[in-house]
Amino acid sequence: MKKNKLASLILVGALALSLAACGGGSTETEGEAPDTPLTGTIAIDGSSTVFPITEAIAEEFNGTYPEVRIPIGVSGTGGGFKKFIAGETDISNASRPIKDEEAQAAAAAGIEYIEMTIAYDGLSVLVNPANDWVENLTVEELKMMWAPDSTVKKWSDIRPEWPNEEIKFYAPGTDSGTFDYFTEEINGESGAIRPDFTASEDDNVLVQGIAGDKNAIGFFGYAYYEENQDKLKLVAIDNGSGPVTPDFDTIQDGSYSPLSRPIFIYINKASLGKPEVVEFITFYNTVAGEIIPEVGYVALPSADYEANLKLLK
Amino acid sequence: MDQKLYEKRHLKNKLFHLLLAGCILFSITALALLLYDIFSKGLGWLDWQFLTSMPSRSPEKAGILSALVGSVWVIGLTSVFSLILGVGTAVYLEEYTDPKKLINRIIQLNISNLAGVPAIVYGLLGLAFFVRFLGFDKSILSGALTLTLLILPVITVASQEAIRSVPRSLREASYSLGTTKLQTITGVVLPYAMPGILTGSILAISRAMGEAAPLIMVGAAGYIAFLPKGPMDWFTVLPVQIFNWTSRPQEEFQYIAAAGIIVLMAVLLSANAVAILLRNKYQNRMD
Repeated sequence: MKKNKLASLILVGALALSLAACGGGSTETEGEAPDTPLTGTIAIDGSSTVFPITEAIAEEFNGTYPEVRIPIGVSGTGGGFKKFIAGETDISNASRPIKDEEAQAAAAAGIEYIEMTIAYDGLSVLVNPANDWVENLTVEELKMMWAPDSTVKKWSDIRPEWPNEEIKFYAPGTDSGTFDYFTEEINGESGAIRPDFTASEDDNVLVQGIAGDKNAIGFFGYAYYEENQDKLKLVAIDNGSGPVTPDFDTIQDGSYSPLSRPIFIYINKASLGKPEVVEFITFYNTVAGEIIPEVGYVALPSADYEANLKLLK
Repeated sequence: MDQKLYEKRHLKNKLFHLLLAGCILFSITALALLLYDIFSKGLGWLDWQFLTSMPSRSPEKAGILSALVGSVWVIGLTSVFSLILGVGTAVYLEEYTDPKKLINRIIQLNISNLAGVPAIVYGLLGLAFFVRFLGFDKSILSGALTLTLLILPVITVASQEAIRSVPRSLREASYSLGTTKLQTITGVVLPYAMPGILTGSILAISRAMGEAAPLIMVGAAGYIAFLPKGPMDWFTVLPVQIFNWTSRPQEEFQYIAAAGIIVLMAVLLSANAVAILLRNKYQNRMD
């Protein structure tokens, strides 16, 4: 067995070299831009929520600096932090702040980092367009519906004038940061939720579910509502000062509360020794205001991006 | 009376025939629906630009090149590793060991059990062993070795079955000509067993090509806008890219995901075609 393995490794090494020789030529001519001295690799991993933003910015960045290679993984916020703490990545995408135990692990591993808020996401509560009774919900009503010990089965259990029909619940899967955030804000404990709901890691499945069921209710990131406005009805949320509908303005100024959340990138301080990382972060905060709305998220006020840039110094 | 019995038997015969036809009709209908769905969505997006562009946030500009090249790399290496290791293991177990010995029965049982381990477990193993312990990092090599572990049991078992089906008389004829064991294995047993080995390998390698979960564990990235320069480079593969696209909010990404699936099927079919051609070559020689 052992001899077989060794022999095959050598064989494959030879094969790989010959393959590499074939493939190498085209890549080099493609990226040749004599004016751009920046090269190197910026390793990024983390949240799938933040992924579209970082991807869009990496794409733009490559337009200016084609020689810099930026692989972006989608291990999730927690998985991304594990790699970040192991020193395997330069930047970590995160849809929640770093947890205490993660911060301690980073300190133990000697990893110093900078936290930057880069955008807002508004968790949106949605019902079917044929639902003509729900216009808004209070935070208490949301809690009544979603709490682990909820007794709500029918719409009439929430407000007596609503129909006597059974509610169908849809929510993101328990591994997502969106699920963590919603349960934390509404039910007071991350992960606490009624047991009888339809879960999917793929928000498009939730969109289909709610769009096809008159008695459905569910929640997910604002970007998915934006792309499916004709299939869904947005519910205004009342946190004690009147119902507020999520949109770019109410999410940005925080009046859509408590379901608007900041999202982050974390930068390994040691990586700031690499000029391409510094340039990328600078570029990130320069174009964010323009690109972030394009991918369905809410940009920060421009002063906040300038403040981010000062953190680099 | 006899006539009645005759009719009854033939009715049963017909029913059985219909039942079997129903079985295959079920699978074919499901496949046809799936293909119709994918082709109706994806065909309009499948063009030269799609095949030669890097991924992008705008669906019109997005392409599959980096994932396609990554998949070819990973599957190429996986095929080489798994065939050498799988067939080697099978030859050793069948030709050099006594299958009745306890230790060999335990090994055999373990190989069969390994075939049922979920793919994600191999992903975790790959992350711990190839990526971190051996220091191969998040590379094509780590991905290929992880997939090799995943399909090795299937290839080994299929190869063993094929080797076992080689008639004893052929081996004895070979030995009677004064050949060594090595010559008999490489000159008689393996060529005769090759069609069976290749059939098993086609299925196993097709499975490896469709895997996303274990490769995400060993670090296949969601976004790669460059081509790998060698086996130690960063990579992504078609299933990871397709999965990434299907989870986007914008509807157009569903269509380019479908176009990506068509590309994946094309790669899969051409890999299988190569294996089938090889198999036919060996089969013709035997007949």
